[in-house]
Amino acid sequence: MTTMPLLQIDNLSVTMMPPGAAPVPILSDVSLTLDKGATLGIVGESGSGKSMLSLAIMGLLPPTARAAGTIALNGRQLLTLPESAWCRIRGRRIGMIFQEPMTALNPAMRIGDQIAEGIIWHRGVARAVARRAAIDLLDQVRIPDAKRRAASYPHEMSGGQRQRVGIAIALALQPDLMIADEPTTALDVTVQAEILDILDELVRERGMALIIISHDLGVIARAAHRTIVMYAGTGMEAGPTVALLRDPRHPYTTGLLAAMPRRRPGVGSGPGSRLATIPGTVPGFADMPAGCRFAGRCARQTGACREATPAWRLFGSDGGRGVRCLHAQLDAAEPDRPEPDRVMPL
Amino acid sequence: MTAAPLLEIRGMTHDYAGRAGFGRGPALRALDNVSLSIDAGTIFGLVGESGCGKSTLARLVMALDRPSAGTVRFDGEDLFALSAAALKRKRRAFQMVFQDPFGSLDPRQTVERIVAEPLHVLETRPSRDEQRERVAAMLDSVGLHRDAATLYPHQFSGGQRQRIAIARALITEPRLVVADEAVSALDLSVQAQVLNLLLDLRETRGVTFLFISHNLGAVDCIADRIGVMYRGRLVESGPAHAVFEHPHHPYTRLLLEAEPDIARIGPPPHRSQPQTRSLSPPAVGVPSPACAFAPRCPLVTDRCRIERPELRTLVPGRDVACHHAETMRAAFSRPTQPDAEFVP
Amino acid sequence: MPRSAALSEPAAGRAADRAGHRAPASRVWLRHPPLALGALITVALAAIALLSLVWTPVSPARMQIAFRLQAPLARGLLGTDQFGRDVLSMLMAGAWNSLSIAASAVAIGTAIGTLAGVAGAARRGLIEAALMRGCDVLFAVPPILSAMMLDAFLGPGRRGAIVAIAVFMVPVFARVTGSAARQIWARDYILAARGAGKGATLITIEHVLPNIANPIIVQVAIQLGLAILTEAGLSFLGLGMPPPTPTWGRMLADAQTYLGVAPWLAIVPGCAIVVTVLGFNLLGDGLRDLLDPRAGGRRGLSLPALEPPQTPDRGAP
Ligand SMILES: Nc1ncnc2c1ncn2[C@@H]1O[C@H](COP(=O)(O)OP(=O)(O)OP(=O)(O)O)[C@@H](O)[C@H]1O
Ligand SMILES: Nc1ncnc2c1ncn2[C@@H]1O[C@H](COP(=O)(O)OP(=O)(O)OP(=O)(O)O)[C@@H](O)[C@H]1O
Ligand code: SF4
Ligand SMILES: [Mg+2]
Ligand SMILES: [Mg+2]
Repeated sequence: MTTMPLLQIDNLSVTMMPPGAAPVPILSDVSLTLDKGATLGIVGESGSGKSMLSLAIMGLLPPTARAAGTIALNGRQLLTLPESAWCRIRGRRIGMIFQEPMTALNPAMRIGDQIAEGIIWHRGVARAVARRAAIDLLDQVRIPDAKRRAASYPHEMSGGQRQRVGIAIALALQPDLMIADEPTTALDVTVQAEILDILDELVRERGMALIIISHDLGVIARAAHRTIVMYAGTGMEAGPTVALLRDPRHPYTTGLLAAMPRRRPGVGSGPGSRLATIPGTVPGFADMPAGCRFAGRCARQTGACREATPAWRLFGSDGGRGVRCLHAQLDAAEPDRPEPDRVMPL
Repeated sequence: MTAAPLLEIRGMTHDYAGRAGFGRGPALRALDNVSLSIDAGTIFGLVGESGCGKSTLARLVMALDRPSAGTVRFDGEDLFALSAAALKRKRRAFQMVFQDPFGSLDPRQTVERIVAEPLHVLETRPSRDEQRERVAAMLDSVGLHRDAATLYPHQFSGGQRQRIAIARALITEPRLVVADEAVSALDLSVQAQVLNLLLDLRETRGVTFLFISHNLGAVDCIADRIGVMYRGRLVESGPAHAVFEHPHHPYTRLLLEAEPDIARIGPPPHRSQPQTRSLSPPAVGVPSPACAFAPRCPLVTDRCRIERPELRTLVPGRDVACHHAETMRAAFSRPTQPDAEFVP
Repeated sequence: MPRSAALSEPAAGRAADRAGHRAPASRVWLRHPPLALGALITVALAAIALLSLVWTPVSPARMQIAFRLQAPLARGLLGTDQFGRDVLSMLMAGAWNSLSIAASAVAIGTAIGTLAGVAGAARRGLIEAALMRGCDVLFAVPPILSAMMLDAFLGPGRRGAIVAIAVFMVPVFARVTGSAARQIWARDYILAARGAGKGATLITIEHVLPNIANPIIVQVAIQLGLAILTEAGLSFLGLGMPPPTPTWGRMLADAQTYLGVAPWLAIVPGCAIVVTVLGFNLLGDGLRDLLDPRAGGRRGLSLPALEPPQTPDRGAP
């Protein structure tokens, strides 16, 4: 690809500078690129900095955070942008579906008006037009009786309905890059499928780029071509979603896959059956061990793992995969599954 | 079953008042005649459409709201008939984990105060030191560091906050815990830990759970029985495994089909373009005489549009509210195959 | 609680950012110049007012007809008035009178208004409606009118002025706290507290008040400015403190007659009022920016900002 990628992040690090305490590095050495129309999934430990990464891209880091490295949108540096310039980028160029629907909504404003507000602000249409567009959007995200519900306040909506209002606000502006931070956690699977369909359509038809953060590997599999697995503030493994899920190379990825609760057709959930877990918990950012951040919890760790931070190593037929583990096996040919998709058609 | 169930919900109906202004609407019926009971020491999974009234039901079970009609019996006592003082004393026995970890923690309080809050119901309040010790032990058991006690909620990620909320719910050692989407904000490994924790609590202390979730896999892993809700009504209930393997209601079937699966990569091949607009009738107003699911139902017949199916026992232990449950039962008498054709 | 449960591994909490999200004091001033200026003016005024209690260059009541209407610097720093009283001394004594009346009135208004606001939010329904309608009625009476009535009722003096100003502060605070508290009551953590068996009073003290403290503090600063103006207006009209006591408003009123010959008599108290009101407003705006923890990082979003405090544009003379 000779053209400039839509989003390019190089060596991004984010450090918390709490007053009167030692700085706490949250993100370190995160790099990724995203082209127009591409989709990227981010999975990873809770607290590993996924939301922080998306806030950095949106220029919404908390005041105590300092970012270093580069984030470029269409070649334009975002980290050094003044606040005034951000207003034209947020919403229109980069849209975000926030993880916390309640904090992203104004509790004192009817939801219909909140959606319309963005439309008026960025598109300069008349209030009545925006209102109608807002109701259409609510309908699209499957809020029953959208016209009436537009007059509701956020606290009168169910958790999933609030989340869908957040989605409608982000969709309203049709941004070039959409960051969806756990967009469907509060939705039932049928609505979730419909929301993912809407995002798909925008990706396919408008060439929107999508970053989707989720703990649900099923959602990632469904919505993202490529996936990056994060752990304790850095990328551990990345690659095409199919390859990553079928043939994980990092022990953390393997652990995640094993911990996934699955329906087990034919098996009774006998008493005493437990889910597999990864032993231990993430080390705090303030006392990150030297060497590999996963070492303390890893079954495959050796002395070498604790000495130096493993480098990011590229592999795969076209260098399309990367992993940060000393013991990851790189050479084994990727199982050639030309059409791995849709083993189970709907 | 000879022992009375720990929790018994009968004929629960709840209306939210219509909003004035914008055309004063009729009341919104969030729950419509829901009855279910949960035996002590079991985990009841509740799944259903977003906005179908699960959280409303949870709030009513916690006696945080009064239903428009219906009763909640906890341990044989009608919660809404108790005096305020008696209810307060009872509260130590049932606690709740709220759906939204960002809204359920007071931003101005330290984690210690938040987690210790339910200790308020105890007759003898623990001393400062004892309280600190109990909070620390609780934080430990949900996988947070003891130091977390002095921090404020905004210093935690979503998943970490949810663990704080879980610690708060467990600190009085309740007999019933209502977990409203308690694990949906957690990453897979912590989620597995929390699910295991719930299973442990049930085994070692006989804690009963009402476990509300959209994650069918998680529900299947831990629930003994499940209930499926749609538009304020219970449409199917039964042993978790049996229901998931052999759904008798078309909505349950639809849910299972829509469940994302890591084996399915990429968007599904495009089916007949889904109806995009308003396939849902208004969820409000006079309870319509039709089956609420009729507009989306592949099995719909004329009868469904004029007569509302009531919940009935199809076979012992399995209740379904659908006119064509027998058809469903016959059509999928074998465990569902993921690729089974789904035609009426 | 079983410590043996599956999750007993430590770590994951962040030991960082213990001090919360506030920046250290030194940087606050640099990053918020208006706040710094507002605070500086307020502190300086308070110091001058307190100082006047123990020391003024000359006694503000001492008349020296021989030196009447002297220009600034000709006699005393700011000259003398028509009775030969020292303007600077009167200004200092006036600062105490104006500030103490304004502060007492705002304190009373805040206490009663906040109480009404949180009680209304906690008890919804009839009580809330009654309280809010009561506030509307209070709000509809112009302060000058109520001051005249109270003046007649309580007799002229400090008490009458304080009550007259407090009466119209009450509804302002009742509304600001009422709407903020209602939003807090809709939060899930309130449900959690109720699930812990806590009653409305305890919840108000533990959860509601700490979460609405910021808008109240901001409103206090803004209302202080307004109270100063109102007090000046009242004494300008001859209500409020009785004659020999110097107040800024009366100084302004007395200066009218001599505007041609001794303009400084009007300019000096006028400037004092303007600077004071400006100081309180800067302080209020600065506090609003500083106290909203999210304002620094997430500007440009619709965040759960509380409804803007209502600043009635009435009450000024
Ligand atoms: N204001 C803050 N001060 C200090 N640390 C913070 C602050 N905000 C966030 N953190 C820390 O930064 C880390 C990253 O948080 P982030 O919200 O990005 O996690 P996440 O990956 O989105 O997790 P989750 O999946 O649970 O939402 C967390 O460990 C959190 O504790
Ligand atoms: N305070 C309220 N006033 C008016 N309507 C409300 C109120 N709270 C909830 N509702 C409505 O009642 C219905 C049920 O809401 P509830 O929160 O119980 O849904 P839920 O099943 O928990 O959904 P989700 O899975 O999305 O959280 C929804 O349609 C919601 O909009
Ligand atoms: S009653 Fe009819 S419409 Fe309703 S679910 Fe059954 S078949 Fe479908
Ligand atoms: Mg997050
Ligand atoms: Mg809910």
